[in-house]
Amino acid sequence: MQYFIQVVVDGVATGAIYGALALAIVLVNRATGLINFAQGAMAVMATFVAFALTRAGVPLIAAALAAFAFAFVLGALLERVVVRRFEGGDPDIAVVATIGLLVLLTGISAAFFGYEPHPFPSFFPLGTVNLFGVFLSFRSLGTIVILVVAMVALQVLFRSTKLGLAMRAVADNPRSSALSGLPVSRLLMIGWGLAAGLGALAGILVAPQLFISPGMLDFALVYALAAAILGGLDSPVGAVVAAAFIGVVENLAGAYIDVIGDDLKIAVPFAVMIVILIVRPQGLFGRKVVVRV
Amino acid sequence: MSLLELENVTASYGHAQALHGVSLSLPENGAIGILGANGAGKTTTLRAISGMLKTTGRILFEGKDIAGLGPDRVARLGIAHVPEGRGTLPQLSVRDNLLVGAYQRKDRKQIAADIDYCLDLFPNLRERIKSNAAALSGGEQQMLAVARAVMARPRVMLLDEASLGLAPSTARRVYEAVVRLRREAQLSMVVVEQNAVLAFSVVDHATVLETGKVALAGDKAELMGMDAVRRAYLGG
Repeated sequence: MQYFIQVVVDGVATGAIYGALALAIVLVNRATGLINFAQGAMAVMATFVAFALTRAGVPLIAAALAAFAFAFVLGALLERVVVRRFEGGDPDIAVVATIGLLVLLTGISAAFFGYEPHPFPSFFPLGTVNLFGVFLSFRSLGTIVILVVAMVALQVLFRSTKLGLAMRAVADNPRSSALSGLPVSRLLMIGWGLAAGLGALAGILVAPQLFISPGMLDFALVYALAAAILGGLDSPVGAVVAAAFIGVVENLAGAYIDVIGDDLKIAVPFAVMIVILIVRPQGLFGRKVVVRV
Repeated sequence: MSLLELENVTASYGHAQALHGVSLSLPENGAIGILGANGAGKTTTLRAISGMLKTTGRILFEGKDIAGLGPDRVARLGIAHVPEGRGTLPQLSVRDNLLVGAYQRKDRKQIAADIDYCLDLFPNLRERIKSNAAALSGGEQQMLAVARAVMARPRVMLLDEASLGLAPSTARRVYEAVVRLRREAQLSMVVVEQNAVLAFSVVDHATVLETGKVALAGDKAELMGMDAVRRAYLGG
């Protein structure tokens, strides 16, 4: 039983990382209707900024804040300069453009830091804490806490602030939003910036465990996409719950089903996802779009 | 001085020119109609005013040329456009739609009072305040679209085919509210309509467009007296 709980908590922590990326994907999707395949590569680039700063002796917390700011600007800039040209057009073309960005940004990271993985400092000590007889790692708990806080903050932003209302309006109908005087262009940049910042957070939290390299988040991105689709592309809470679910299923399958083991465990969440989507095409938490005329 | 004045305005969709030099004038506290058949350029004229299209010619609002400004800038100057097809925010609640309308305002108390005013104007919306706009009937969506424009406290409202696709009784209710708005909120209006009877319930002066040009202009009595206008827009 103890082992089971540990596996589940570690799974939730891994899932929380996917969740942060999934939230970024949902944010971008809600703001612009696109799926950004470069979300992971942008996050890695920001994490490299933190990496370079810590190597230069800057404390981790300051480096992380700088990485967040870098990511925000990078996201806003990419939206304005590159993605803007594809918004409102054929989504297939936009997707190819974001895949192009993925390759480009990964290449830029590699040009500066090479492809070999580097160790990255963690906010949390390595030890474990004994909670009711179960040993849980500080890292897993810390990751979960930080991402839950980020999720709540995002929910508050969207539900209870004027900026959040404006972002939801622009995501829903940019043309009409402009007719109400909303600065659509600026709001889209803010949406991309926030999403990129969230990605940076995920990158910094997962880097100590994976070691930082340009392709560090490639797998995580695939899971995050799965989580976003499973949770319903328009539901932040759904994305996070689905991400946690994917992390747990992946970990449990790897730990308990011998045939599966570490190599095949990555496929398990996808098998589950396909089954769920056959039953509920709009995702677990997604809303069925009903249009009345 | 006119509140809003178009001087020889042209506009195109890509390479297809849709307006060929349209001029009109909206006086302070006035209401004018734009009538015409499908494709005459009525909607295009409103889009040109709102900066949704590339235009030439002058568009003067309160004496300043606003041609070339983007739709959000034009809206912030005090021109609220209720677009063709209603343009509500489908995934947002009725209340959020209204709050988006008031986005540029800071007077929170007055905003709350104005929401109440809108719900009084359109009692149907009061019951649906928490529903998503997508769940409303066509008539309710049109009411919401008008209310969202009112929430901006504009000087001018551009109303595009508010009766389109609505049952006659529903269309009449929408226009009754518009008449009330014109009286109570001192709103100047440019009303685009295919149904001249509805348009003339609000406006007293109208311009008839034909293939992107002004074909006729005159007040209600003049236009209603013309056989051509009656045949085209009044059904005989």
